[in-house]
Amino acid sequence: MPKREDIRSVLVIGSGPIVIGQACEFDYSGTQACRVLRDEGFRVILVNSNPATIMTDPEFADATYVEPITPEFVEKIIAKERPDALLPTLGGQTALNTAVALHEAGVLEAYDVELIGADFDAIQAGENRELFKGIVAKVARDHGLNAESARSVVCHTMDDCLAAVGELGYPLVVRPSFTMGGVGSGFAYDESDLRRIAGAGLDASPTTEVLLEESILGWKEYELEVMRDRRDNVVIVCSIENIDPMGVHTGDSVTVAPALTLTDREYQNMRDVAIAVIREVGVDTGGCNIQFAVEPRTGRMIVIEMNPRVSRSSALASKATGFPIAKIAAKLAIGYTLDEIPNDITRETPASFEPTLDYIVVKVPRFAFEKFKGADPTLTTHMKSVGEAMAIGRSFAEALQKALRSLEKKGSSFTWAGELAGKAELLAACRTPHDGRLVTMQQAIRAGATAEELYEATSVDPWFLDQLFLLQEEAQALADAPELTVEVLRRVKGHGFSDVQIGEIRGIDEARVRDLRHALGLRPVYNTVDTCAAEFAAKTPYLYSAYDEESEVPYGTRRKVIILGSGPNRIGQGIEFDYACVHASFELSRAGYETVMVNCNPETVSTDYDTSDRLYFEPLTLEDVLEVVHAEQETGPVAGVIVQLGGQTPLGLAQALKDAGVPVVGTSPESIHLAEERGAFGQVLAEAGLPAPKHGTATTVAEALAVAEDVGYPVLVRPSYVLGGAGMAIVYDEETLTTYMAAEEGGHPVLIDKFLDEAVEIDVDALYDGTELYLGGVMEHIEEAGIHSGDSACTLPPITLGSLDIKRIRAATEAIADGVGVRGLLNVQYAMSAGVLYVLEANPRASRTVPFVSKATAVPLAKAAARVMLGASLAELRAEGMLPATGDGGTLPMEASIAVKEAVLPFNRFRGVDIVLGPEMRSTGEVMGIDESFGIAFAKSQAAAYGELPTKGRAFVSVANRDKRAMIFPVKALADLGFEILATEGTAEVLRRNGVRAKIVRKQSEGTGPGGEPTSVQCILNGEIDLIVNTPFGSPGQSGPRLDGYDIRTAAVLRGIPCITTVAGLAAAAAGIQAIVRGDVGVRSLQEHAQALRG
Amino acid sequence: MTNAVLVLEDGRVFHGTPYGAEGETFGEMVFNTGMTGYQETLTDPSYHRQIVAMTAPHIGNTGVNDEDPESGRVWVAGYVVREPSRVVSNWRANRSLDDYLKEQGVVGIAIPGTRALTRHLRERGAMRAGIFTAPAAPVAELVERVRQAPGMAGADLAAEVATAEPYVVPAIGDRRYTVAAVDLGIKGMTPHRMAERGCEVHVLPATATFEQIMAVRPDGVFFSNGPGDPATADVSALRAVLAARVPFFGICFGNQLFGRALGLSTYKLRYGHRGVNQPVQDVRTGKVEISAHNHGFAVEAPLDGPFDTPFGQAEVSHVNLNDRCVEGLRLLDGRAFSVQYHPEAAAGPHDAAYLFDEFCEVMTRAQA
Repeated sequence: MPKREDIRSVLVIGSGPIVIGQACEFDYSGTQACRVLRDEGFRVILVNSNPATIMTDPEFADATYVEPITPEFVEKIIAKERPDALLPTLGGQTALNTAVALHEAGVLEAYDVELIGADFDAIQAGENRELFKGIVAKVARDHGLNAESARSVVCHTMDDCLAAVGELGYPLVVRPSFTMGGVGSGFAYDESDLRRIAGAGLDASPTTEVLLEESILGWKEYELEVMRDRRDNVVIVCSIENIDPMGVHTGDSVTVAPALTLTDREYQNMRDVAIAVIREVGVDTGGCNIQFAVEPRTGRMIVIEMNPRVSRSSALASKATGFPIAKIAAKLAIGYTLDEIPNDITRETPASFEPTLDYIVVKVPRFAFEKFKGADPTLTTHMKSVGEAMAIGRSFAEALQKALRSLEKKGSSFTWAGELAGKAELLAACRTPHDGRLVTMQQAIRAGATAEELYEATSVDPWFLDQLFLLQEEAQALADAPELTVEVLRRVKGHGFSDVQIGEIRGIDEARVRDLRHALGLRPVYNTVDTCAAEFAAKTPYLYSAYDEESEVPYGTRRKVIILGSGPNRIGQGIEFDYACVHASFELSRAGYETVMVNCNPETVSTDYDTSDRLYFEPLTLEDVLEVVHAEQETGPVAGVIVQLGGQTPLGLAQALKDAGVPVVGTSPESIHLAEERGAFGQVLAEAGLPAPKHGTATTVAEALAVAEDVGYPVLVRPSYVLGGAGMAIVYDEETLTTYMAAEEGGHPVLIDKFLDEAVEIDVDALYDGTELYLGGVMEHIEEAGIHSGDSACTLPPITLGSLDIKRIRAATEAIADGVGVRGLLNVQYAMSAGVLYVLEANPRASRTVPFVSKATAVPLAKAAARVMLGASLAELRAEGMLPATGDGGTLPMEASIAVKEAVLPFNRFRGVDIVLGPEMRSTGEVMGIDESFGIAFAKSQAAAYGELPTKGRAFVSVANRDKRAMIFPVKALADLGFEILATEGTAEVLRRNGVRAKIVRKQSEGTGPGGEPTSVQCILNGEIDLIVNTPFGSPGQSGPRLDGYDIRTAAVLRGIPCITTVAGLAAAAAGIQAIVRGDVGVRSLQEHAQALRG
Repeated sequence: MTNAVLVLEDGRVFHGTPYGAEGETFGEMVFNTGMTGYQETLTDPSYHRQIVAMTAPHIGNTGVNDEDPESGRVWVAGYVVREPSRVVSNWRANRSLDDYLKEQGVVGIAIPGTRALTRHLRERGAMRAGIFTAPAAPVAELVERVRQAPGMAGADLAAEVATAEPYVVPAIGDRRYTVAAVDLGIKGMTPHRMAERGCEVHVLPATATFEQIMAVRPDGVFFSNGPGDPATADVSALRAVLAARVPFFGICFGNQLFGRALGLSTYKLRYGHRGVNQPVQDVRTGKVEISAHNHGFAVEAPLDGPFDTPFGQAEVSHVNLNDRCVEGLRLLDGRAFSVQYHPEAAAGPHDAAYLFDEFCEVMTRAQA
């Protein structure tokens, strides 16, 4: 059946900011969908509040709305654009929930918008647990299939929950309905667990519904990715098996594709059930995923759940198989059938087939518990990972070891060196699922644990356990080998051992292993991911390394540019860097280069085989990158390798690549060092006559105390060479500094800077070609100094800086760019304090803000940077029209729209962690609000990040002494807008004295009053507060979890109430609320904004 | 031990380690792309005289059980894998694949280059090969010995794999039909699928004559899958069945024989279809089935519409979407049809199981 002709325009909803459970996989799927729809001639209207996405690039849609994804805003867009159809299945749970809300509010009907991809009933059937259970039962009955659901009871109140225990017994699983990534779910082992988890779950569920079910902890867990078209053709794209058995969220599990421990009978039964379920649910044009649990001793199979949409697993399955699920889902939604769509990879065979793999894919999660002190690091059914890496190998062992080293995290790989803990201790640790449990298991094996003991401790399938024993034997054989012969090396390389691991086992360094290996002529080959196990020739070069027989890298004559991606998402290095890499690839390809991408993050657009001329799905370690470069040099001319766009990961390889003779283009490794090394950078600043806060470097406690004494407290301390402010803190006294240094001693040197209180922080992204500087954008932080730039909201153009200030910033930036020797992008952070512009740091690479600046100013900075790195001048790019003919991001007209970037923090995932912002970055994502006025832009950014700001109700205010003067005006503004003001005693006194009526609320530490007066925290938990303003008391170094503020903020997160933790943020919020109250808030596409800006 | 070799007739050699029984073996080198179902594959009589290479890298993980074999023995002439499992992990398993192969005397080899082998066969076509687990002669000599082994074209093998004596598979539940199933290498799942639908299946030797077939008073006649070149088979019994207007259903080799009975010719595919992911389209409905395949030969027939046969007009009912190869035939009057692929699956998806229902419907109509 061909394309539908009754639809001309389609609204696509994205997934908003990157949060845990919903990351850039939906940028990948949404980008594919937009591309398909435009290629098919539809008018595409897109809404996504996340400016860091590729999909929100203006060229991917006809009208791109970077507006909050709330029913209210989407309705405004629908009213304005009047789309014929809405495609809600490619933007994660956010898009699906928004579509359901629009349907239920009658908006879709009122504007005659058809839901495509999945209809309302199918969404309900898939997402509502009770309906879904009925479907599983029906499928088993009607088709005689072996399928059942876990025994369970749906509850709407705590009394229902307690009653259900009689039937199910403990332990049991609590699952709230309609939440993504398993928010609010968990295991209850007794009544107090049940009250706590189910209570929060009832709150978290938009339908106040939780499901309690029998425990299937320790069962084997599987997923199938299914696609169906409107002619009822169904294919299973991929099977995925979790190595971590049931009990750990799939997103946090180590998973493998294809499933490896099922016979054909069991697999086909699973397949039959999946197909029968998708038919019964009624997903008739698109993809979905279905999860199963299998009891390991009996084979009893339970259908756990399904997602009637493209999911994180779909992205993984697409990358694992080469079958582009999102793209095909979009084509199915507009009417095509599977047999009408060609398989891109073979080009000769249709998409109506099931990929078959002759390799193994392993996905490993990446966590960030070190950023969230106080968070529970145990892995549960509640997803906690912030990213993932995928690797492909010709055997499980090879794929697993590649995946673990792709995590680029100390201790993530198996190791056979160093101290070994006792077997009993290690086995005990294995019982609790945690980050790096496989390594703990490997260590237990090293310590003598048996397969039976490990199985008893972990319930990990014996087949996977044996693979760990295999690696142990291989490591032992390597250690015992009298000599590193080609046979010995080939064997361990085939089991995925890195040169680093081999060196560690043999007691020699990595470089020597590599030299020896190369001298023996032992290098990996590159196999193609071809969807068909080599049955047909593949046309799309999507490659992975293996120590195998034949290399399949094609020969070519075009000059090649190799772009190194950013690896797994982590806090501080996420989608923004993928954006820059993808842009470089698009642009360099357009400019005539052959582009080669290297990355290992399956969620990204960069690892779509359509993005670059060639894709290597490989770890971003020196060894793996050198081998790719070698393979490319063998098959054609390599113009250079780009390390500046993928964040710290590739940047960290720059010098070693150059030392190995690899042509690194753009800013040279020496220049990178000039900016990164404090002493060298200080020299650059001194020569340019630019002030930096007084600073020093220390490696011991004594040195640190001396430096702090010299520069004066408070000081900002951090280890050198970090991204995202890891380990950064503001220290107000000697005692805290001593504690801090004691923990850091022996590592990298610690940088100690005078911390500028009360300063305005400024972020700049610029391009430099050696002669001209293009100021991409000047961003003014809304929060005062001391909060990591990644976590603070900012505005572009700056709202309190004058043209004279910008001029100084431009001059300083140019001096730094020139002094460092930048060719390409440069990010500089400044602090303006008492009229002095201090340079805080400079990063000669793409920054997190590049996509935001690009969208706010309608200039493709990353594309321009890529061209500059390959030798184009800014003048040439201006002439081409890529950059404006005159002016830059520092000369925006007065009437330019204001763009506000706001960070999104994952505190709802890490209960118990203080939400106060500091110098260490903790946000996972960002949103942009854009409008003519700052107030509305800010309000939009808040609506997109946290939900709409309240326009009436009760505001609770409790601020630190230092903030009391500054909060009076904005609180008064809130009172004038009609808010009832509640405050703690000290704050209330100040407000009253300044004419603001404020009701006193008891502090948490004071407890409930004699007449039963609730404390502030109780008021929040009771839902009596609509807006919270709470700035932290005492110095951040001292803020212990017992302070009142901590309890207030925790309660705010628990209830999902907006909580403002800085006075500057309060002022902005008051302006935003005023703007909303004043008048109707409109929506405007990026294309319209660009038109207004460029005329 | 890394001295075992797989030698192809064109001289290409793959080194590896012995797997299963030791010794040497010869056969036609083919590859199978299924990621599950090695036990069913090994016991499928259609693989008689073939050395099968598995493209999936890990084989043997779920061991061997007593329920999944498709016949009483392993039929493959040799087995090529990449990573044999060292342990068995499945609640139904009762022994390892390695032990099973040894017990069945099947010579195998584990080589790293299964992908290179597949690419080689894809480009050069299926060819003869030999596995030598302890080669005692130089490679050139081994190649020569491989070249002396018989090829598949012109091979008449059905009788070698089929039952010598008739036997009956009783209907499960009420008996509604009697089927005469001519065994050309039948898989256990095929009569089982019929029995599930109320068929009492009389499995007859490959050499069964028309008279022997009709002696069971069948409501329908079935011709099974099997090894070898269909051009060598005698189709006189089948022609007589068709002339007698008895409902007919054929699978795989049975499809090729149906084609020949209709006057069509058959040919050898370059490297065949062996796997469980092949898209087959039902020409009438446009629906696509993901299906299990195991065939090295195919029927040559017009794809553009009905054609005349001695038994009335016929048409191509199913087409493979990968290579447009004929995957099914039917007489327009509906009483006889066949498919080139495997609706009984085992291993493979169950999408085409409806064909057994159709066979029953044809028999029901004929009974009326």
